[in-house]
Amino acid sequence: MTEPQMVMYEEEYRQIQAIVSRLVKEANARVVFVIDKNGQEIAKAGEVDQLDTTSLASLTAGNIAATGGIAKLLREKEFTTQFHEGERANIHIQLVGNRVILVVIFDNKTSLGLVRLRVKKASEELNAVFEELLRKVADPNRESPFAEITDEDIDNLFKD
Amino acid sequence: MSFINFSSREITCKIVYYGPGLCGKTTNLQYIYNKTDPQLRGKMISLATETERTLFFDFLPIAFGEIRGFKIRFQLYTVPGQIFYDASRKLILKGVDGIVFVADSQIARLEANEESMENLKSNLAEQGYSLEKVPYVIQYNKRDMPNIAPVEELRALLNPKGVPDFEAVASQGIGVFETLKSIAKLVLVEVRRQAG
Repeated sequence: MTEPQMVMYEEEYRQIQAIVSRLVKEANARVVFVIDKNGQEIAKAGEVDQLDTTSLASLTAGNIAATGGIAKLLREKEFTTQFHEGERANIHIQLVGNRVILVVIFDNKTSLGLVRLRVKKASEELNAVFEELLRKVADPNRESPFAEITDEDIDNLFKD
Repeated sequence: MSFINFSSREITCKIVYYGPGLCGKTTNLQYIYNKTDPQLRGKMISLATETERTLFFDFLPIAFGEIRGFKIRFQLYTVPGQIFYDASRKLILKGVDGIVFVADSQIARLEANEESMENLKSNLAEQGYSLEKVPYVIQYNKRDMPNIAPVEELRALLNPKGVPDFEAVASQGIGVFETLKSIAKLVLVEVRRQAG
């Protein structure tokens, strides 16, 4: 396959979580989450208890994919930012390093300007973390929980 | 592209159900959703038209237990089968770990099956994938319909490589979980191969 496996390690996860937690506070947002372009959730912060973040992640990734498709047709490289305004909630979607998606959900307790400003800073920080993560993943000596598993382990998973 | 998360101890893989319009891709997912323990599945999302044809995709996240302390999760997607939604199909194939090709067994749909299989190959090729590398299985669906082709004929048309294939009546659940388990297993074997 052309794309490498996406791997998240404890150290990078902590760094990403710290960035996301800070962004919630600094942007005065309701929810912030980071997902990869395939719709897999990486980190989240804020009022996430009442939210189906798995569904949101998949739909946001679909949205980014569709927008990327439109960009390609228009011979644009990518539309990196999307903003949807609702009556009570607004959502700001930012593509970071063409790799992951930073989503901020906010209400009228804050402003789009502040959200944009904080997102810009957080994006740069996230980008640096993901650069480092990619370097680690590309290391041929990296550990993998899957290298050691047996056929029996896999068969056991599918026993009725 | 599978996602191995050491932090949450989860491995997530993406499986795409592909096939011609009205072959039963969404029906497969609906049956899996209805028969899976609610604690092991998330919400099923269907982005469909007013006439319930898939417009963009269906999505169903399910959990499959644990291997060596890692939760195994699969994200099941369908593509829209209708020919003119090709741009959307390409997007959904991105990052795919395994494919279920759902064929419509009716004689009248033989050509549509072949077209869809060719479409799958060319869409994979555009992204640098191929059926030589991506694990896939085939499901011959709608075996309960009156004018169906014999399995041997479908196999000759669609399965020259002899990958695992299954007869199914997805609306009644026949063959649905057999198909899913088969592709899930192939995907995990491939994830292990890449890790080793």
